[in-house]
Amino acid sequence: MSLDPATVRRIARLARIRVDEAQVTQMQAELNAILGWIEQLNEVNVDGVAPMAGGSQGMAQRLRVDAVTDGGMADQVLANAPDRAGAFYAVPKVVE
Amino acid sequence: MAYTIEGSSGAWEVVIGLEVHAQIISRSKLFSGAATAYGAPPNSQVSFVDAAFPGMLPVANGECIRQAVRTGLGLNAQINLVSRFDRKNYFYADLPAGYQISQYEHPIVGSGVIEIELADGSTRRIGVTRLHVEQDAGKSLHDQDPARTFVDLNRAGVALMEIVSEPDLRSPEEAGAYVRKLRSILRYLGTCDGNMEEGSLRADVNVSVRKHGEPFRTRCEVKNVNSIRFVMQAVEAEALRQIKVWEDGGTVQQETRLFDPSRGETRSMRSKEDAHDYRYFPDPDLLPLVLDEDWVAGLRAELPELPDAKRARFIAEYGLSPYDAAVLVAEQATALFYEAVARGRDAKQAANWVTGDFFAALNRLGRSIEDPPVSAAALGGLLDLIADNTINGKIAKEVFEAMLETGEPAAAIVDARGLRQVTDTGAIDAAVDAVLAANPDKVAEFRAGKDKLFGFFVGQVMKAMAGKGNPALVNDVLRGKLQ
Repeated sequence: MSLDPATVRRIARLARIRVDEAQVTQMQAELNAILGWIEQLNEVNVDGVAPMAGGSQGMAQRLRVDAVTDGGMADQVLANAPDRAGAFYAVPKVVE
Repeated sequence: MAYTIEGSSGAWEVVIGLEVHAQIISRSKLFSGAATAYGAPPNSQVSFVDAAFPGMLPVANGECIRQAVRTGLGLNAQINLVSRFDRKNYFYADLPAGYQISQYEHPIVGSGVIEIELADGSTRRIGVTRLHVEQDAGKSLHDQDPARTFVDLNRAGVALMEIVSEPDLRSPEEAGAYVRKLRSILRYLGTCDGNMEEGSLRADVNVSVRKHGEPFRTRCEVKNVNSIRFVMQAVEAEALRQIKVWEDGGTVQQETRLFDPSRGETRSMRSKEDAHDYRYFPDPDLLPLVLDEDWVAGLRAELPELPDAKRARFIAEYGLSPYDAAVLVAEQATALFYEAVARGRDAKQAANWVTGDFFAALNRLGRSIEDPPVSAAALGGLLDLIADNTINGKIAKEVFEAMLETGEPAAAIVDARGLRQVTDTGAIDAAVDAVLAANPDKVAEFRAGKDKLFGFFVGQVMKAMAGKGNPALVNDVLRGKLQ
């Protein structure tokens, strides 16, 4: 599998990463190298192994108790906001 | 008769599928310990997880999972003992992480079914494709400032169930009935409060049109419709728009649209072509969600009686019509109220009073079944007075009005106002004789065959007795004297 320049530009746009035209070729080569490296995994024989998304077989997620243990710290949450209005985050107008 | 819309080229069928987002009732959020209460001061219920601070990790709330499974069971759906959380990637100001944790390939609940009731008394079974658990986004306020959008993350991370129907619905009425029924089931289960005004229940409406017998044509999705009435209006408005596009020789493009209730039309959100490219992948922060079969069986055993079962029981046990039964079970509180009135009394008469005068009073006074102006016990007391012939049905309505005004029990009002019905045949005889003597011409007409004058005589006698005559006795005496 290899990426063409148009796909590289599309991935960059979806990720909101600005890629100058001059950088596309270099980015394409880097991404293709990563894909090639990942593709080596195809050489591993996984016959009889159920598809896994994470952890190891037989591991399951632990659940928490439904209790309010967090929050009540608007100032800390907003501390890094570039702009705020009262206790709201303020962002450039999102027009729909 | 199937619902169709007549276009210039003939009849069109409408095909509808609904995606309903239902906020799960829980104290804390899906992946953080922040509170979920509605209406708190902005950003006061936000943890660093919800605000997506670097390094913060999600831990799922067991209660939210339990509620989702109970909902799946209530929809007669398959419960998937292994499911998984995925990241749905998109950028928006009220989604701080840049992705929503959702379930894509492996939802917690698979296919189920909802039975809807239509106005003509018929029912239809609507397929549920799936139910999955996901995070809600924060709230954007666009109208507070000319140049800026304000963002409140209190809702960010609250647990949602997305419940997706098959494209089985065929009319605005069916779409409305589906949402109503789903909301009723959720409220019975106590898994979502169903409050559409506060946004705890919202619908995305998928609409397409086709000629009879055709495969599906391209659909459009109308986003975030927040009342049942708007769901029905949005279906019709969008179907009409698509019919016009096809009949003008155009092609409907798959897109996301918004419903504008003030204009009664849908409009394009003019989203970019890659708005739907969410690049889902398994969330590496969360292990697979594995449920214990016995635990699920335990939840199933503890489900409350749901609307369909309750309706069937009301029909069988109380002899109610399917329509009355459906009205009475729509809300659990109404069903409880009704049963308290009906128990040990004439169940059909109880249904008539609850759905008739009592509902009318709730509407008129702006009260709810949770806060009724007359309690079930008090209404039952009124019905007892009818049953033991203390008052007749007409006087009962007068007593009911007085109960609304004064809050007094029916018996006290009847005594205080002297409304006890007259069963003394002597008094009734006298009233009948007076009426017949005052209307000799009518008596002659009746005897000459004008049978329907009987009602006139009954009315006159009742009037003479200030409404307090026992109707059966008045009828008997009148009939005897007129023959």
